[in-house]
Amino acid sequence: MGDIQVAEHALQHHFADMEQQQETSTFGMWMFLLTEIMFFGGLFCAYLVYRASYYQAFVEGSQKMNIWLGATNTAVLICSSLSMALGVRAAQMGKPKLMAVLLLITIVFGCGFLGIKAVEYHEHWVNHEFPGPAFHFETGDPAHPATDPVHTEIYFSLYWAMTGLHALHMIIGVGLVTWIIIAGLGGAYSRSYFTPVENVGLYWHFVDLVWIYLFPLLYLISKKHGGG
Amino acid sequence: MAKPTEEHFDPMSHVVPVSLYVTIWAALMVFTALTVFAATVELHVFNIVVALLIATIKGTLVVLFFMHLRYSTKLTMVTVVAAIFFLIIMFSLSMTDYLTRAWSTSIR
Amino acid sequence: MATAVQAVERENYLNSNYGIKSWLLTTDHKRIALLYLVSITAMFWIGGFFAMLIRLELLTPAGDMVSSDTYNKLFTMHGIIMVFFFLIPSVPATLGNFLIPLMVGAKDLAFPRVNLLSWYIYTAGAITALTAMVTGGVDTGWTFYTPFSTTYSNTHVIGAAVGIFITGFSSILTGLNFIVTIHRMRAPGMTWRRLPLFCWSNYAAALIMVLGTPVIAITLLLVALERAFNIGIFNPQLGGDPILFQHLFWFYSHPAVYIMILPGMGVISEVVTCFSRKRVFGYEFVALASIAIAVLGFLVWAHHMFVAGISVYAALVFSLLSYLVAIPSAVKVFNWTATMYKGAIRYDTPMLYAFGFIGLFTVGGLTGVFLASLGVDVHVHDTYFVVAHFHYVMVGGMVMAYMAGLHFWWPKITGRMYPEAWAKLSALLVFVGFNTTFFPLFIVGYMGLPRRYHAYPPEFQVLNVLSTAGASILAVGYVLPMIYFLWSLRYGEPAPPNPYNAVGLEWMTPSPPPTHNFDETPIVTWEAYDYEHQPQEEVTVGH
Repeated sequence: MGDIQVAEHALQHHFADMEQQQETSTFGMWMFLLTEIMFFGGLFCAYLVYRASYYQAFVEGSQKMNIWLGATNTAVLICSSLSMALGVRAAQMGKPKLMAVLLLITIVFGCGFLGIKAVEYHEHWVNHEFPGPAFHFETGDPAHPATDPVHTEIYFSLYWAMTGLHALHMIIGVGLVTWIIIAGLGGAYSRSYFTPVENVGLYWHFVDLVWIYLFPLLYLISKKHGGG
Repeated sequence: MAKPTEEHFDPMSHVVPVSLYVTIWAALMVFTALTVFAATVELHVFNIVVALLIATIKGTLVVLFFMHLRYSTKLTMVTVVAAIFFLIIMFSLSMTDYLTRAWSTSIR
Repeated sequence: MATAVQAVERENYLNSNYGIKSWLLTTDHKRIALLYLVSITAMFWIGGFFAMLIRLELLTPAGDMVSSDTYNKLFTMHGIIMVFFFLIPSVPATLGNFLIPLMVGAKDLAFPRVNLLSWYIYTAGAITALTAMVTGGVDTGWTFYTPFSTTYSNTHVIGAAVGIFITGFSSILTGLNFIVTIHRMRAPGMTWRRLPLFCWSNYAAALIMVLGTPVIAITLLLVALERAFNIGIFNPQLGGDPILFQHLFWFYSHPAVYIMILPGMGVISEVVTCFSRKRVFGYEFVALASIAIAVLGFLVWAHHMFVAGISVYAALVFSLLSYLVAIPSAVKVFNWTATMYKGAIRYDTPMLYAFGFIGLFTVGGLTGVFLASLGVDVHVHDTYFVVAHFHYVMVGGMVMAYMAGLHFWWPKITGRMYPEAWAKLSALLVFVGFNTTFFPLFIVGYMGLPRRYHAYPPEFQVLNVLSTAGASILAVGYVLPMIYFLWSLRYGEPAPPNPYNAVGLEWMTPSPPPTHNFDETPIVTWEAYDYEHQPQEEVTVGH
C-alpha cells in the first residue's frame, strides 16, 4: 500500500483526521506510562522507608550485588534504547526493513539484559539470598558480621520485587517489539502512520528509565568493599 | 526547528538526526561509568545524593530526547511533571511519619 | 397512558444490531455503559445482601445468628464489593461512559476498544473476587490490614486481593480514556469553560483513578506475595512495618473516596441547574473545586491512621491538610444552593434525589471534619461514628447522586419515561430509610460502640433495631426502581429528545441516540447552562 493509503486504512472512524488520532494515541500512551510510574512508585516508596530506617542492613545487602553485571546491564539497556530510538526514526522515514533490523537489535539487547539478570538471580538463589524460610545472610567477612540480617532480608525482598517487576516489563517489551517487527514487515506502517512504533518505543524507554534508578539504588548504596 | 504547538503538531515534520541520538547514548554511557566510579569513593551521606543526581540527569536525557518530550506538546510535559509531583507527595508525606517517630519517644 | 410501543423505530444504538455478539463485541460507548450497568447492578445487590445479613445479626446484642468469624467475613465482603465493585465504577462506568462523548460532541471515547476491554477486566475481577467469597470468604476487613491479612488470616485473602487487582486495571483504563477524550475529542467551540460540570467532575475523578489505583495494585500484589512466599515486608516479626502497608493502602483508598463522590457531584451539578432553570452559580469555582478535591485528596490519607502508631507530628500535618480538603466540597454545596436561590424549582425525581444529596452529603462531610480533629478521632475511631460518617457521604451522597443521574438520563439512555409517581415514592422511601438506618449509628458510635463486632452490650439494642428497621425501608426504596425501570423498558412512555428542556449537547440528540451520536459534528457557540436563552416549553415528564 502507498504511504497515504496506509494512514487512511489505519484511521479510526471516531477521529476527524490522522493528526487527531496520532496526538490522542500518543497522549494515551503517556498517560499509561504515568500509571506505570505510580505502580513502580509504590515499591520505591517502600524502599525509601526501609532504607531510611535500616541503612546499615541495606548497605550490607547491596554488597552482595555484582556491580559489574549490574553496570553491564545498564550499558546493555542504554544501547537497546539507542537502537530503539533509531528504529522508531526508521519507521518515521518510511523504511520498514531498516526499522526491523534496528528493532531486532533492540530485542537482542533486551534478551541480553534478561540473560545477565538470570545469571544474577541464580547466584543469589544458591547463596540463600531469597527471602523466606530458606533465607540466610552472611557478609562473608568474619571481621564485620551481619549487623541486622532481619532487615537485610527486607532489602532482598525489595531487590527481588523491584527487579522482578522490571524484568517482567522487559519480557512484555520484547513481546511488543516483536509484534511491531512483524506488523512493520507486513506493511502496516508508513511515513504518515507509525504511531504504534512510537508508542512501543516510549514503553521501552520507560523500562530503561526505571532501571536507571534501580541500578544505583540497589547496587551502589555505598562504597563497595572489595570487587564485584 | 519550531517547537510544535498544540494546533500545528505534526510528528512527521521533525526527524531527530542520528548524530543527536548517538550523542545522547554516549553521554548516558559516560554517566553510567561515572556513577560506578562514584560508588567506589567513600562520600558518606553524599553517595546517595551523587547517585541520584546522576540517575536524574540520565533519566532526563532519556525522557527529553529518546522519548521525544523535547518535541512534544505542553500537555505531555504536564503529564510527566504530574507524575513526578505525585511521587514526591507519596514519598515526602510518608517520610513525615518515619522521620519524626523518634521525636515522640523522647517525650516521656 | 403508557402502552407497548409497536411503531417502526428510527435507527438508534439499541436497535442497530441484534444478537449477543453485537453486545459482547461492541465498541460503542453507549452499549458498553449498559453492559456496565448490568454488572454493577448485580454487584450492588450482592453487596446489599451482605449488608442485610449484617443488620439482621445486629438486631440482637448476642452474637447468635452467625459466628464472629463469619461476621468478619460478612462486613469484609460487603465492604469490598461496595467499594471496589460498585461505588468506584458506578457513575463513571455507566453514566460517564454513556454521556461524556455526547457531552463533548464526539462520536465515541478516545479508545473504544480499550473501553470494551475495561468492562471485560471489571467482570473478570468481579468473578475472581466472588469466587474467593463463595469458596470460603475473606475476613480481614476491606482494608486488608497486615499482618493479619498477610500471615494470620485463614481465609481467601489472595483470591480477593487478585480480584481487586484485576478490577483496578479496569478503573485505570476508564480514567485514561476519559482524560484523553476530554482533552482531545471536544467538538469545535467546546472550550474548557463551556464543558458541562459533569465532565469536569469525571475528569477530576479520572485523574485520581490514573494516579492512585496503581499504588493499591502494587500494595495488594505485595500482600499476595508476602502471603504466598512468607516474605516479610509488612510483618514485624520478619522485620517489616505493618504501618507501611497502611500508608500505601490509604494513599490510594483515601483519594478513592473522591473517585466515588466527584462523579456524583457532577450529576448533582447537572440536575440542580436543569431543575432550577438557572445556570450554575460560580461555574469556574465549581469546576476548579473538582480539581482541587482531586489534588488535595492525595495529601490527607493518614487521617485513617491517627491511632495506628504513626508519629504525632505526622498526624498533625495530616489533620491540618484534612481540614483543607473540606473547603472545595463546601464551595460546591454553597454554589448549588446559590444556583437554586431564585430559580424556578421543579420537584421532579432527579431533583428530589439532589436535595437529598445536598443535605446528607453535608452531614457526612461535616462529620468527616469532626474526624479530622485528632482529639475527637481518638475517641470515635473504629466506632460506629465512622461507619455513619462514610455511609452518609457514600449512600446518602453518592448512591443518591447515582439514582438522580439514572433517573435524569434514563429517557435519553432508553428512550422511555419511568413512572414519576413511583419514582417520587421510592425517593422518599430511600430518604426515610437511609436516615433511619444510619443516624442512630452516629449516636451509638459516639457512645462508644466499636465497629466490626457481631455482639454488643444490651443497652445499644434499641438503636440497632431502629437501624435494621430503617434498612428494610431503604431496601424497598431500592427495589422499586429495579421494578419500574425494567417495566418502563417495555411499557414506558416513549421519551422525546429533551423531556426536561435541559441545556447540553446530549439533549440535542434523539432519545435514544443513534450509534454515531451526531449526524454532523456539532459546533458549540453557547455558554454552559445557558438557561436564560432556553425556551420555556412545556416540560414533558411521564406520569
